[in-house]
Amino acid sequence: MRRLLLLIPFVATLMVPLYNAREPSLWGFPFFYWYLFLWLLLTPLLIWIVYRGRRA
Amino acid sequence: MSGAVHWVAWTVFAFFFALVTLLGFVAARWKKADLNHLHEWGLGGRRFGTIITWFLLGGDLYTAYTMVAVPALVFAVGAYGFFAVPYTIIAWPIFFVVMPRLWNVCRRHNYVTAADFVHGRYGNRWLALAVALTGVLATMPYIALQLVGMQVVFEAMGFGGIRDGAEIALAVAFVVLAVYTYTSGLRAPALIAFVKDAMVYVFVIAAVIIIPAQLGGYGAVFAAAEQAFTAKGGATSILLGAGQAMPFASLALGSAFALFLYPHAVTGTLAASSSNTIRRNAMLLPAYSIALGLIALMGYMAIAAHVEAKGTAIVPALILASFPEWFAGFCFAAIALGALVPAAIMSIGAANLVTRNIWRPYINRNMTPAQESQVAKITSLIVKFGALVFVLFLPLQFAIDLQLLGGIWILQTLPTVVLGLYTRWFNSNALLIGWASGMVLGTGLSWSQGMKPVFRLPGIGAVYIGLIALIANIAIAALITLIVNGMTANARGAERGSDATAPADYEDAAEGFSS
Repeated sequence: MRRLLLLIPFVATLMVPLYNAREPSLWGFPFFYWYLFLWLLLTPLLIWIVYRGRRA
Repeated sequence: MSGAVHWVAWTVFAFFFALVTLLGFVAARWKKADLNHLHEWGLGGRRFGTIITWFLLGGDLYTAYTMVAVPALVFAVGAYGFFAVPYTIIAWPIFFVVMPRLWNVCRRHNYVTAADFVHGRYGNRWLALAVALTGVLATMPYIALQLVGMQVVFEAMGFGGIRDGAEIALAVAFVVLAVYTYTSGLRAPALIAFVKDAMVYVFVIAAVIIIPAQLGGYGAVFAAAEQAFTAKGGATSILLGAGQAMPFASLALGSAFALFLYPHAVTGTLAASSSNTIRRNAMLLPAYSIALGLIALMGYMAIAAHVEAKGTAIVPALILASFPEWFAGFCFAAIALGALVPAAIMSIGAANLVTRNIWRPYINRNMTPAQESQVAKITSLIVKFGALVFVLFLPLQFAIDLQLLGGIWILQTLPTVVLGLYTRWFNSNALLIGWASGMVLGTGLSWSQGMKPVFRLPGIGAVYIGLIALIANIAIAALITLIVNGMTANARGAERGSDATAPADYEDAAEGFSS
């Protein structure tokens, strides 16, 4: 049931109140922006975990 | 349109355009095969590996119009325009789960289009026709908008006193594109995508480092944007306002589901060499989303730089203001070539649909493979010239409105295509009625809102119309299926018998796993 991991990006990016905030900011980026960029890195990681699980 | 002609920029631009044109024609010899077969001309022989597929799909899905329209939206409305980022995050888990199934069944039955699969799965040629027509209709305005991406670049480089210069340049570029797509098929955009995507990455990396440095860093860029939005009255800002969360999230979700139903997405995916090529690309393609997110921020950079431009012209104006002219020419070439790759693949995707799902079943049932390939080649020409005429002779807003509707329309094929990959439970005529209901409801709601993408539902807020229509579509299809099944106990059995696919067709072949 590793596939359920793929639901996490949906919750993380569609629940807007989770991240619609200015602080904490990072390198001048308000939270809203760097949070979304972070999910652009985490989503492939989750997909990779599911992909590895398939082959095992 | 007025102002100086940027000769240096034009020269650099011309060099890259010539290079790519050469590649377009050379592509016919690449991975050499008989292009008189539709799966060779229109799917590159289904043998693109992980890296080629990455360039091809990246160049295909992240289009030139996106590169100019998303920053323009962020420039105008702030955080709301950033919905493109969650959209292109959640698109990839969907791609990972759904598209390998589609690839497997299409490979096993030599299906070239989504409508081919629908015909095989349901044995209902009207349903297949509905899916094919929706695909062609949704694609036409999308191709037209790629031309807009090129047009803004031409206008930024200037023509001096030449009347209609941008239109002439556009027509020339498109004729060249049409000819090499005709000769080389999907191999042409696949080869060109290497050059184009590499250029886009160079452009993006330079832009996100150099431009903010000139403007005092990202903190200053965001601060300037916030100040400008406050000065405009504060209805929109760099964070989402009250009531914007629901339209933001629903647009992201609906767009993500719509993306892989488009014919150009299906064509790019089916050209992959294995289902694992597709899965690996689901992990690798988000790199383009990072580039897209950074390009979106150019909307704020344009505000901070006080660029004197509006709408889609802001990115070219920002480039001219920030870079030496030779590099501006390089960036313009990247954007314009960014229009050629998707325009080629879109016209091929539409041509495959017309050939397989309109021409063959309704006009000539007994086409030879060579005739089939010939029909597709000619259709790709017609589709592209249609888009050119669209842009040159109709108001731009018309193309933008139709592209918006196209997204709503293509989403209405989801129950038939995507749910069809998992279950044969739905009655095929019920799916057809659900599709028609979704098309009418989606178009009507959008029309009632003055061609806006969202509709306010009481108690929920403004929701993407494509999603509203999709939910109605699925509900109607399910209800009618239940009624039909209840009325005729053996109707289900009769429908089942028309399924040309077997459950194992959707799974990976045992030996395919190692590749």
